[in-house]
Amino acid sequence: MALSGVEIFKLLPKTNCKKCGHPTCLAFAMKLAQRQASLDACPDVSEEAKMKLGEASAPPFRPITLGAGSKAVKMGEETVLFRHEKKFVNPCAIAVEVKDTDSEESIKAVVAAVLDSEIDRVGQKLRIDAILIKDASGDPAKLVQAVALVAAQGPEIPLIISTTNAAAADAAIEKIPGKRPILYGANESNAESMAQTAKKHKAILGVSAPNLDALSTLTEKIKALGVEDMVIDPGSRTAGDMLRDNTFIRRAAIKKSVKSVGYPVISFAQRDDHMLEALVASLCISKYSSIVVISSVEKWKSLALFTLRQNIYTDPQVPMQVEQKIYDIGETNADAPLMITTNFSLTFFIVSGEVENSKVPVRLAVMDSEGLSVLTAWAAGKFTASKIAQFIQESGVENKISKKELIIPGYVAILSGAIEEKLPGWKVIVGPREANALPAFLKTKN
Amino acid sequence: MALAAPTETYPGKVFEVTIGTAKTAVFGGENVLPFHKFDGSVPNKPVIAYEIQDVAPEDWPDAVREVYGDAASDPVKWALFCQNELKAQAIALRLTGTHPDRQDRSAEDAAKTVKDVLDKIDVPLIILGSNHVEKDAAVLVAAANAASGRNCIIGKAQEANYKTIAAAAMAQNHKLVAMSELDINLSKQLGILITQMGFDKEKLITDPMCSALGYGIEYTYSVMERIRLAALAQNDAVMQPPMLADIGMYVWKVKESQAAEADLPKWGALKERGIAWEVVTAGALLLAGAELLIMRHPDAVSAVQKFVDEL
Ligand code: B12
Ligand code: SF4
Repeated sequence: MALSGVEIFKLLPKTNCKKCGHPTCLAFAMKLAQRQASLDACPDVSEEAKMKLGEASAPPFRPITLGAGSKAVKMGEETVLFRHEKKFVNPCAIAVEVKDTDSEESIKAVVAAVLDSEIDRVGQKLRIDAILIKDASGDPAKLVQAVALVAAQGPEIPLIISTTNAAAADAAIEKIPGKRPILYGANESNAESMAQTAKKHKAILGVSAPNLDALSTLTEKIKALGVEDMVIDPGSRTAGDMLRDNTFIRRAAIKKSVKSVGYPVISFAQRDDHMLEALVASLCISKYSSIVVISSVEKWKSLALFTLRQNIYTDPQVPMQVEQKIYDIGETNADAPLMITTNFSLTFFIVSGEVENSKVPVRLAVMDSEGLSVLTAWAAGKFTASKIAQFIQESGVENKISKKELIIPGYVAILSGAIEEKLPGWKVIVGPREANALPAFLKTKN
Repeated sequence: MALAAPTETYPGKVFEVTIGTAKTAVFGGENVLPFHKFDGSVPNKPVIAYEIQDVAPEDWPDAVREVYGDAASDPVKWALFCQNELKAQAIALRLTGTHPDRQDRSAEDAAKTVKDVLDKIDVPLIILGSNHVEKDAAVLVAAANAASGRNCIIGKAQEANYKTIAAAAMAQNHKLVAMSELDINLSKQLGILITQMGFDKEKLITDPMCSALGYGIEYTYSVMERIRLAALAQNDAVMQPPMLADIGMYVWKVKESQAAEADLPKWGALKERGIAWEVVTAGALLLAGAELLIMRHPDAVSAVQKFVDEL
């Protein structure tokens, strides 16, 4: 259970020495209760208090990093059930499954597809995050071989090794020292040996049980064995069961501070039917999984899942935005047309994408409108004639262009007169309403 | 430690709505969050309606147009194709051709199309305007009258035109879609205005405004979740009508459902990509609280139905 400010205060030194940066121990305690401060800030806290408070002040979902290096994936740390309450923290990782019974060529093809999966969307790089290697053969040598094969070709890709055989796992992880994989496969019957292997290699332990109750008991047992970093699988495989278990886990950890299920959840969405798989994976992304395992890398499927994940994990308070400045698209010279738009990421990327399509070099002036779309910004008074005029003047773009002409979005045609008034010597041209009409518009303009 | 299942119950409940006469479709009625059968009762599955138009779908991309082929040249043939070949649970007839920028067809023309379609089908019909607020006011009144006695859904009533449309729907005993723009307060306000006219709140369907995957779906998703929480946890009656996600028209105009693979090799096969866009948009909005979906591609519809069966 989370402790109240007063309960925390009772455990502090009560000297009000201010070393924590707060005027009193009580003030510090209040901050701790709201999770706005870290206990480390107080140098004098007793070991006993540390233990009690450490438990209580830890986030409801343990933060864990899968893999090492530039492609490592952060998981856990979620604090709410609904995205409108507060931004979801660490986007659900997408992992693709290979089996050690697959041929060498097909394993290599999957690794190549994963390496090639990265897409740039609205300024973010999105990719298949991890590969799960399953010991379908039951032969430890084959598992080791498959792990070595994947690691050689994609040394940066985070791995999940799926086996219930601790000796096989041990041999496989030997091949990838320091990579912090997940060893998925601890259950009620092999918990001790798997925990030992995970501890030995500092691997994250994937723990599964047939239901939530058994899972909660098992994670406590494993924690007592000295393994702290776990991902959990409550055993559900149909969409309805996944929704139930993931919801129960989220509620238990956040609303009831149940520590034994406060770990990132791994879900398995594989289906023969790719569209159904995309739907089940969408459920995992929207409803609380930290890793979803899929059966194959299809570019169209990845694009849809990456996009959903990006949408669900954006900050509901702060729209995604780009920097205010004048972007040169293509090889601009003094004759390149000048266009203006707002700094909402979606608007910027749609417009700049269509400008690129047109192959006409353009200067795109992107004005800070607090991340609102053209019409929304206009309605909110953030994309007005005077603000536009001021931005254009202060940008100094005037000195770089031959004709003082500014193209504005068709939806705000109404601003054209007012802008001309505020920017003496400039001509305002009203562009099309929709960005997809831009290539045709820019070509005829040229 | 034994873990007690952290179930939740709520004082509120979503209204159950039945549409159609000969064959009916029922949606809503749950007293829990979407598909949370483990918390309470979810008596009905969501209903998916196939979208058709009064005019040939020239603005639809080839990937969906080719499914309907020649049938789409005529709304009656198109409706029969959906009912008989695709086994549609419901049909949504959008009177696109009445828009002044399209064919500017008259309210009488629209009424005749509605009658012709209703004469031939027995599944429930949803009748939608062209989203031109002034024109819809006239068109939807004529359409509501033409559909008298068939327990249809009429829509969409918006803040600027709800009075006439709601009055016609009330007079002919239809259900009504109330659409506002992605804001829980606007949605609530429109619901209040319409019920103050004497319109039965249990005959309303809320459209908080749809958006496609990648193009603002997070706004629709969160507004839907908030409306549903207000309906259940706060027992707010104006928030208790079931919700509509009008998916097809948003999905099949975005670049991802249209751009050729040759131009964007990183995006993969166009055929599957378009369907996946409709499927994932639908899946996310179902989980946010939509009970009535309007969709276009049969492969997307059948995938979503399989998903719902698993939920
Ligand atoms: C999502 C949304 C919101 C979101 C904000 C999302 C965001 N980050 O901007 C939220 C919910 C926060 C919101 C709030 C409001 N909104 Co709003 N919102 C919308 C909605 C549904 C979609 C906007 C969107 O994302 N469009 C997508 C982007 C990419 O479009 P875009 O920026 O316009 O860019 C396109 C074109 O303009 C063009 N383009 C862009 N740049 C350029 C440049 C050139 C040179 C050219 C040629 C073309 C071009 O290309 C793009 C693609 O085609 C629209 C309705 C609609 N369906 O359009 C209403 C809408 C924009 N909102 C509106 C209003 C009134 C508001 C509020 C004032 C409501 C209120 N009373 O509180 C607030 C204001 C916000 C504030 N902070 O105060 C009105 C504006 C009214 C009007 N006609 O001017 C609209 C049109 C809805 C309506 N019909 O009432 N909104
Ligand atoms: S540093 Fe520790 S002892 Fe000093 S005021 Fe802060 S909480 Fe109290």
